[in-house]
Amino acid sequence: MATAAKAGGPGQPGPPTPQRKSVTGTHRLIAASFLLPALVLLGALVVYPIGYSVYRSFFDRSGEGFAGLDNYLEIFTDDTIFTAVKNNAVWVVVAPAVATVLGLIFAVLTERVRWGTAFKLIIFMPMAISMLAAGIIFRLVYEQEPDRGVANAVWVGVHDTFAESAGFPRARPLPVHPLTAGGGGSFITKEPVSAGTQALLPLVGVAPAKMPDDARPAKPAPAASGSEIKGTAWLDFTRGGGGKPNAIDGTELGLKGIKVEAVKDGTVVASARAKADGTFSLPASADGALLRLPAENFREPYNGVNWLGPSLVTPAIIGSYVWMWAGFAMVLIAAGLASVPRELLEAARMDGANEWQVFRRVTVPLLAPVLAVVLVTLMINVLKIFDLVYIIAPGSSQDDANVLALQLYRSSFGTDSHLGLGSAIAVLLLLLVLPVMFVNIRRMRRESRR
Amino acid sequence: MTPRTPPGARDGSVKAKQSLPARIATRTGGGAMRVFLILVGLFWLMPTFGLLISSLRDPADIAASGWWKVFTEPAQLTAANYERLLENEAITDSLWSSVAITVPATVLVVVIGALAGYAFAWMDFPGRDWWFMGVVALLVVPVQVALVPVSKLFGEIGIFETTLGVILFHVAFGLPFAIFLLRNFFAEIPRELLEAARLDGAGELRLFTQVVMPLGAPAIASLGIFQFLWVWNDMLVALIFADSEGAPITVALQRQVRQFGNNIDVLASGAFLSMVIPLAVFFAFQRHFVSGVMAGAVK
Repeated sequence: MATAAKAGGPGQPGPPTPQRKSVTGTHRLIAASFLLPALVLLGALVVYPIGYSVYRSFFDRSGEGFAGLDNYLEIFTDDTIFTAVKNNAVWVVVAPAVATVLGLIFAVLTERVRWGTAFKLIIFMPMAISMLAAGIIFRLVYEQEPDRGVANAVWVGVHDTFAESAGFPRARPLPVHPLTAGGGGSFITKEPVSAGTQALLPLVGVAPAKMPDDARPAKPAPAASGSEIKGTAWLDFTRGGGGKPNAIDGTELGLKGIKVEAVKDGTVVASARAKADGTFSLPASADGALLRLPAENFREPYNGVNWLGPSLVTPAIIGSYVWMWAGFAMVLIAAGLASVPRELLEAARMDGANEWQVFRRVTVPLLAPVLAVVLVTLMINVLKIFDLVYIIAPGSSQDDANVLALQLYRSSFGTDSHLGLGSAIAVLLLLLVLPVMFVNIRRMRRESRR
Repeated sequence: MTPRTPPGARDGSVKAKQSLPARIATRTGGGAMRVFLILVGLFWLMPTFGLLISSLRDPADIAASGWWKVFTEPAQLTAANYERLLENEAITDSLWSSVAITVPATVLVVVIGALAGYAFAWMDFPGRDWWFMGVVALLVVPVQVALVPVSKLFGEIGIFETTLGVILFHVAFGLPFAIFLLRNFFAEIPRELLEAARLDGAGELRLFTQVVMPLGAPAIASLGIFQFLWVWNDMLVALIFADSEGAPITVALQRQVRQFGNNIDVLASGAFLSMVIPLAVFFAFQRHFVSGVMAGAVK
């Protein structure tokens, strides 16, 4: 047996052939024993499962009834699953493109910056960590509460710079107070004010913790000079009780920043904001007007964007993916950039091209093969995206964030499992990577022929 | 430009060493570009930094305010979360499980992959190129295809929900890349070296262990690092194939995410702990890491 299996046999010529062959002629048995562990594992755990999945995908939930293409049709007709198909399409188009463009920008900009390596290290670092850890990181980033999630903290900060949100939601007057509901969430005095008097605008219903940090104990407004109208808007509530309604008791806080409008016949004739001690003053034109606290004082504070709500959850998770993988694109592109011949760029400049034209017409076309590799690699990677979605999307919006790999997991291992459907999704994923498989084989054959 | 041609050409070549971005930098003001890069760098660091700081704050503080509060109140920082985490047996056990899965899965992929890679590179057997082409074809097969069939198969032979099952699955799906990478690397070994060893009377096994493996060290290092991180960072495979006692850190933390909200102290410190080893590997073996990731990202 062993002699019969001898590779090459006695006919093997003494000097080595130019082809790469066994060093001196190997027993086939030895070759087989070197290959056996790998081939057994690949056969049993990779090749056989492909066949089984294809086979199983044609059977129904129980696995007994032949279902033809029904499982495949269900992928495209069931709403939840079709959401996964659509989301996967968005993922495959958007995530690799954004990561590649960012990678290109970073690679070009850092090329000759002295600390470029440090920068690259920072961008590349997220590749080392698990998608689970990245998921937890971004779960924190995207927390709804602007006091906790940094994304909303920044967003609200930007928003409030442009549209100030006021501070006293749910503040309201008591029936004994001189204020009453003025429509649309505003409050208005029952009686008109007249010059020289003290206008009192008490409210209740603001939790002390929600008061502005710099609000001060309210004070009666200093005596009105001339025809001005002065007054105080304050929180008519004494902590621990003991305060009297309609009176400014020692520790009661001024409603800092509250807006007061003087209204005559439905039009605003003057307005003012209260100081930290709640005092305000209105010009003489307000004489005889009703004082109104407009609704903007009582609006809920702007609470930021619901990143992980139904409409934004997929873009938000794609953001976390780009954070992880832009570094990969950057490193590959930087390697490609290093091999771009400088003479070509210089020649283009000699011909009068400006830097943008050189970049657009010379650098990018020369980088095209690298960019293609990066894009395709990321696409394959994105196709199978699972962990990030599973971790970041909260239960309530997991259906909206659904992707094929997540649906496959649910269909195969969830409470209401349907292995036929799960297998069909698996086969669909495999079909989608087939073109790349062929490209890989072609490239390998071309290389081995050389 | 002076009309003197030869020195002019030399001028050009000197100038050509100045790259496109360098020129943009000098023209539009390198300052703006540097500021931009610094901002991007800080932006990229911020999420991880936020996790680190969160892991160092008391749960009550985490619930009350954002991690950036420590800039004004640095006294909030405490290692208590980590102390509690290290007393949490579910977490410490899962860390050991991670090691117990990752180390064998890495070693086995390297050994089995190197054996096959060597056979494909230097042994002669019928249909060698076809077999190798088959391996290359398997490079991009998504793990998802195998989840259901392999869990059934493992169930039949009694290793479903065991550490062995998790390891075997990782090895199988690590092999195509391992064989591909090592075969190509081994094929570059000078033929004379192998023949000389053979003339000295070395058998295939000695040739493999004493010549091929040492020469293949760089590729083996890249492969080992890549596979180590791949397995260490995996959640999906372990979610399906590991039982609750043998679950690695990723799965243990994933269970915590289920009740996201009041357990951020566990989640943040646990997530950071799970990142320590990959980050250490990353910083210690940067070059191998980069080449490994670049070569293996197809997976």
